[in-house]
Amino acid sequence: MYSIELKVNGRPYSVMVDLKTTLLEVLRDKLFITSPKVGCNTGDCGACSVLLDGRLVRSCITNALTAAGREVTTVEGLARPGEIHPLQRAFHEHYAAQCGFCTPGMILAAKALLDENPEPTRDQVREALSGNLCRCTGYVKIVDAVMAAAQEMAGAGALKAGRG
Amino acid sequence: MELKVVGHRVKRYDGLAHVSGETRFVDDVIIPGTLTVKALRSPVSKGLVRGLDTSAAEAMPGVAGVITAADVPCNAYGMVPEQPVLVAEAIRYKGEPIAAVAAVDEDTALEAVTRIRLDIEEQEPVLDPLEAMKPDAPKVRPEGNVYMYGQRPFRQIVFGDVQTGFKEADLIVENEYFHPSMEHAQLEPQVSLAVPEASGRLTIHTVSQALYFHLGMLCGILQMEPNDIRCQAWAARTGSAWRHNAGFSDLNLAGGTVGGGFGAKNDLHADHVTALLALKTGRPCKWRWTREEEQLYSTYRGAWRMTIKDGVKKDGRIVARQMKSIRDAGSYTSLNAYVVDKHCFLAAGPYFIPNVYVQGYCVYTNKPPASSMRGFGVTPTTFATEVQMNRIAAELGLDPWEIRFRNAFRLGELTPTGRVVSSAALVEVLQKLAAQAGVDLPADLKALTSARKGEAS
Amino acid sequence: MKKKGIGLAAGFYPSGMSGGGDSSQALVKIQPDGSAVLTVGSCDIGQGCKTVLAQMAAEVLGLDYRLVKVVNSSTDLCPLSMGTFASRVTYVDGNAVILAAQDAKRILLEAAAGLLEAAPEDLVLAEGRISVKGSPDKTKTIGEVAGAATFGMRKLIVGLGHYMRDPSHPDPETGACDPFATLAWSATLAEVEVDTETGQVDLLRLVTSYDVGRAINPLLAEGQIQGGAAMGVGAAFSEDLHPYYPSLDFQPTNLGDYAIPTSLDVPDVESVIHECPSSHGPFGAKGIGEMTANCPAPAIVNAIYDAVGVWIHELPASPERVLRALEEQGKS
Repeated sequence: MYSIELKVNGRPYSVMVDLKTTLLEVLRDKLFITSPKVGCNTGDCGACSVLLDGRLVRSCITNALTAAGREVTTVEGLARPGEIHPLQRAFHEHYAAQCGFCTPGMILAAKALLDENPEPTRDQVREALSGNLCRCTGYVKIVDAVMAAAQEMAGAGALKAGRG
Repeated sequence: MELKVVGHRVKRYDGLAHVSGETRFVDDVIIPGTLTVKALRSPVSKGLVRGLDTSAAEAMPGVAGVITAADVPCNAYGMVPEQPVLVAEAIRYKGEPIAAVAAVDEDTALEAVTRIRLDIEEQEPVLDPLEAMKPDAPKVRPEGNVYMYGQRPFRQIVFGDVQTGFKEADLIVENEYFHPSMEHAQLEPQVSLAVPEASGRLTIHTVSQALYFHLGMLCGILQMEPNDIRCQAWAARTGSAWRHNAGFSDLNLAGGTVGGGFGAKNDLHADHVTALLALKTGRPCKWRWTREEEQLYSTYRGAWRMTIKDGVKKDGRIVARQMKSIRDAGSYTSLNAYVVDKHCFLAAGPYFIPNVYVQGYCVYTNKPPASSMRGFGVTPTTFATEVQMNRIAAELGLDPWEIRFRNAFRLGELTPTGRVVSSAALVEVLQKLAAQAGVDLPADLKALTSARKGEAS
Repeated sequence: MKKKGIGLAAGFYPSGMSGGGDSSQALVKIQPDGSAVLTVGSCDIGQGCKTVLAQMAAEVLGLDYRLVKVVNSSTDLCPLSMGTFASRVTYVDGNAVILAAQDAKRILLEAAAGLLEAAPEDLVLAEGRISVKGSPDKTKTIGEVAGAATFGMRKLIVGLGHYMRDPSHPDPETGACDPFATLAWSATLAEVEVDTETGQVDLLRLVTSYDVGRAINPLLAEGQIQGGAAMGVGAAFSEDLHPYYPSLDFQPTNLGDYAIPTSLDVPDVESVIHECPSSHGPFGAKGIGEMTANCPAPAIVNAIYDAVGVWIHELPASPERVLRALEEQGKS
């Protein structure tokens, strides 16, 4: 067993892992952060997606040791306590979540996209989310939500830059 | 009357919880001391268990309990009560569970499964329903490979007389169609967490789509009375010898928040096993199926072979429809007999046809049981009859819109089961589709309503 | 060469278990502060039943929707439902919820009658208040009435509802029976582009039209339409659990090999909702959850024929199947 330190949603943690432990197991089984889900455990569905140093990864096939010293973001870490991130608000308002199982991973995939490309087209959104499977929604309202969030965030950004 | 809430685009009740990651699914329920469950599954499609020795697994450090068929009070369940929780002797499909282990962690449980000694006399399976229907086919089940609807090996729908209809027809159009098996592929796999409570109760955190349906089934398997007097013999159960059917026990199914169902969770998959292990070990037991188990061994939409023979008039009216459908049910009845019924009731499609004859077969093969999936018997027939509709149109030189308007049910017409159509709207639905799609229908089709048929041409 | 085609498919689907006999119960409890708790036995599998059932209860009780809490979490707490399948929950649970809410309303009005010195039939329940018809100044909030009823009148404001369609068994000779509460209707148009060299079929457009009786929540109805369309697209193009049917060879063991549609595979599904109310449905509603998965695949297959003149009689219409069909066509 090895002791590693990592930050999750801004908080520092120290956990014991072995050579096989996945980042998903660290989050769910050791830190009791249950928003990343076990959908397949083989890296196919994206329900386990988290941000590792801001990059979208599938935590079920990410070895925990590779997360040592790095920062993990799950959906709980997107906004300050009591607040809601524009992506979360947009997903709720546009009915982009039905059963909710794929939703945490989907929101993080959208966050990773918007961090890189703040004004995507619908096609670019579809491309960026194509690694996150959803069986309920048919994706249309997910794309609607991401486009709406992008607009809100771009508007807020414009205000910040004094262009509003 | 103006409605204040109904009819409005109200945001989803639990939507905020979904987007914040707060929604708790079964796998998110964390109870200290929970054991991990893994199953020993049959490596063959058909065979007989000749030897089963779990002693090496039970002796492993970290293994809290192992169950086999001998541990199941009533080892036959289902709408036709024939499906075992764990195979006693006769294996009917590859992957069928034979034993289950509860251990301190996944590695220990997986290792323990490999230490169970299993001797099987392999037998020749039958995988093709057409082969299974032959008299000399290997028997999937003792009662035979075809479900009996009363005295008949098929469900029969008789409406009017198709032979008369065929004589009146200008053209006969006959085709075969095949709808494959499908997996629900819901994102949340089968998961179950059974928790022994104080005073003889058992709470099962379940992904079931039907809590009461499964409560009844589980009580039958465990021989518990639903919500009976709290068991005062629980003290006896906490010793090394545990017993069901000590008289009275309680069962509480906790759930209602499911990460996708689509019919995948209308059958018991894990709850019966976790319940038995929880009772045996006295510890919470969780079984989370792997995606591979989900793909290969969970229930699924069974394949359908359908033959349609239609008698049609030159103007596109279907005057006779004869269908023969064969559903591959897999190895247990589950909901298959029921899906064949529903298929037959609706097989002729959303059209008034004066002469209909349908035969629906529910055929067993050595595969995991097929069961419910979104569309339940109507999905395959919609595929078959709607392609058939366009084939008819093509042969008659008619427009696919026109032929559907011509045959669409109107108010007051009879379905093949003799039911009056009291709410008809296919005409309007087609008109609205055309408008939305930018298809300019001819005036006579635009003028139609579901209230009455147009003038006969 | 790439060729475009358009295809049409129609369908229908019943609400509720085939053959009837499937029961649902509901319980509406008015809390002393005037909020409500609705308990039902049906599961939310993503379709949003907690939402539409809360809407129905709020409508009957004249309550703000946000004051209705829904509990469906265990058999201990919740009354019986056969379950969430057969497109039954909106219809059967909906009717049970309406009955339960009306029952709770009756008790509320009886309690209010005492407070407002009027007969229950002269009272109006709306927007969180109970008032005397024609005398709007004689009014109490639901909370005031509920509090007085609980503590002053020893009333338990709990409404009960139960709905079940009588079972109908098919005649063994003819199959004659009355298996369905109501029928809902559907139609779908698909536009595809077929690559005649690779057999690849791209779905360019999917337009859908549904009769839902009454859309209790059009937003949630769209969710079913779009989600069902995706399942139909998967059936049309890529999903096959036994690719070498009937053998078990090469069965897909993961979600990479069993290829369900991704965000790249489903277009912006268009939908139009028609309302032909069901006389027995809750507010006229019919079920929608399953039928949305049925028409897309045949519409796509019909569009393939329109594009390249080949019929596909076996799903999925994989590139291999399309190419083989084109080859056969080329030979003849």
